[in-house]
Amino acid sequence: MAEPLLELRNLTTVFPMRRGAVNAVSGVNLRVQPGEILGIVGESGCGKSSVLLSILRLIRQPGHIAAGNIFFKGRDLRRLPQKKMRAIRGNEISMIFQDPLSTLNPVFPVGEQIREAMRLHGIANASPLPWPLAGRRSHEKQRVLDVMAEVGIPAPEARYRAYPHEFSGGMQQRALIAIALVCEPTLLLADEPTTALDVTIQAQIMEVMRRVNREHGAGIILVTHNLGLAAEFCDNIAVMYAGRIVERGPAQQVVDNPQHPYTRGLLACLPQISRQRSRIDPIPGEVPDLAGLPPGCAFIPRCSLARDACNSVDLRLRSLQANQYARCILYEDGVRYTVEEFS
Amino acid sequence: MSVTSPTGAPAIAGRRQARLELWQRNARRFLAELGRQPIALLGGLVVLAFILAAVFAPYITAHDPELGSLRQRLIPPVWQQGGAAEFPLGTDGQGRDLLTRIIYGARISLLVGFLTVAISIIAGAGLGAVAGYYRGWLDTVLSRFADLLMAFPFLIFAIAMMAFIGPGFANLILALTFKGWVEFYRLVRGDIMSEKTREYVEAARALGRSHPTIIVAEILPNIVQSIFVVGTLRMGFFIVTEASLSFLGLGIQPPTPAWGSMVAAGRDVMLTHWWVATLPGLAIVLLVPALNIFGEGLRDILDPRLKVQ
Repeated sequence: MAEPLLELRNLTTVFPMRRGAVNAVSGVNLRVQPGEILGIVGESGCGKSSVLLSILRLIRQPGHIAAGNIFFKGRDLRRLPQKKMRAIRGNEISMIFQDPLSTLNPVFPVGEQIREAMRLHGIANASPLPWPLAGRRSHEKQRVLDVMAEVGIPAPEARYRAYPHEFSGGMQQRALIAIALVCEPTLLLADEPTTALDVTIQAQIMEVMRRVNREHGAGIILVTHNLGLAAEFCDNIAVMYAGRIVERGPAQQVVDNPQHPYTRGLLACLPQISRQRSRIDPIPGEVPDLAGLPPGCAFIPRCSLARDACNSVDLRLRSLQANQYARCILYEDGVRYTVEEFS
Repeated sequence: MSVTSPTGAPAIAGRRQARLELWQRNARRFLAELGRQPIALLGGLVVLAFILAAVFAPYITAHDPELGSLRQRLIPPVWQQGGAAEFPLGTDGQGRDLLTRIIYGARISLLVGFLTVAISIIAGAGLGAVAGYYRGWLDTVLSRFADLLMAFPFLIFAIAMMAFIGPGFANLILALTFKGWVEFYRLVRGDIMSEKTREYVEAARALGRSHPTIIVAEILPNIVQSIFVVGTLRMGFFIVTEASLSFLGLGIQPPTPAWGSMVAAGRDVMLTHWWVATLPGLAIVLLVPALNIFGEGLRDILDPRLKVQ
């Protein structure tokens, strides 16, 4: 297999709190191939966003990455000096946030913000013509307008000087994607990019992201709580619960044939459009407090299949079938006993 | 609000021109808003009149502000009996034209107000930004020091300091800014602390911006308006404080015309020649409220939170 674009090995991110250390991410192993779209799915507070922020090393103090490696194109980002890390952020790895209005700086025109992102990493110098021929500035602006058009902002010339609050929600998110794209990153981290938008706009934004993936070959990690969206959009899905990956596999396979009780629970929560009014089965209970989590499976209190043994066993991700893995007592015994490894 | 579209703009405009157009658009919008606030506009016009008078003082009046003629002592204002058209507001005890001295006095007042505010903003906002963004021991030390300074009443502190370092223009500025920066420190520190938690700061980090750049290029433009408003309001306060110090003989020294010392000089003849003390006092009463009214109008116009209503 080719060298992966991104590989997380045993990533563990800890927030020391007064009530105890919170392992927002504990022992996560993930791989993203170039051009792959990976979905990370789970409820709020299960550590999805912390994975993304850990990759960029933007975990807020006093939180920190306690263990593990983050290999990006073969380099371990954890060991990179601050300055080199800054050169990667926004340039090779870009992030798209959930709430576009608060993510854009309210006092600068949108076009200027896109341009600033480009200037920050010196992309502007990449004019095809030497300086005296192509005015560097005009070249910069042209590039901004191109990107704006590419993400589907109509009449970019007219909107270049508009302020964020003058944009609609969908346009704001497009502007945000434009900022993320302008340096042509090879990895795009999208943190619930469509949660703040209505469904039709959501579809358009996902279409833009898919185009980015196809045309630029950028790998994407999509964090979402919407399993349906992930199934439709992603190549592979990782389901997270309480800071751990509980199930991982090709998107279609995970959705059609979920193995972990939590994944099944998430699927049962999805509303279906059909003639009969079908029941939505919520998962009882809520995500546990990650501080002082007891050993064993964290899903026990909410799991209908829980048994005594769940409390004691140190569960691992077990390989079930082609590329599908789950972390559950159901798969600890007998035939399918294979420890998942990356080698 | 609709998307503003500069239709027909050339496909590629220079960045400098874009900035200029932006500035012009903002200025036009600001003036239009000011027009909707007649009282603030009036305050602004009064301040502007004082500034113009101070700048063009030698062209407005032909008299010497510091040298009088003993033969022309204590001439009443022109509208009173015995007044002379040559001295519209009369003369003081040394025969100097009062109008001339008030106009030159505006120079001192405005200069003190402006310099004190400017230095206080640079020091206070700079330290406040660093303390509010990075926190840590520096923040603790600076904030405790600021608390300490806050514990003193301003005037008492300024009097003590002037008594210690002696009168004079530079010392006056020093005494006023030594405590004046605290106001801006607290303002900017608080603003930065709240802005820092906003998502655009995190997004800027994710774009690869460094902390100093984020403070200067991302956060500061968001809070510069409140600095501006408080600056205008504090200016009036500094002018009054300077006048108080000069009145007490601790500030600007005679014969340099300063409103405070002019009031002090007129005290002795107050009952017989009221104008010598009253008219410089009126100048203070005119300029300071005008500054405050203008500042509050600025706040109404610039503060986005108030604008929503």
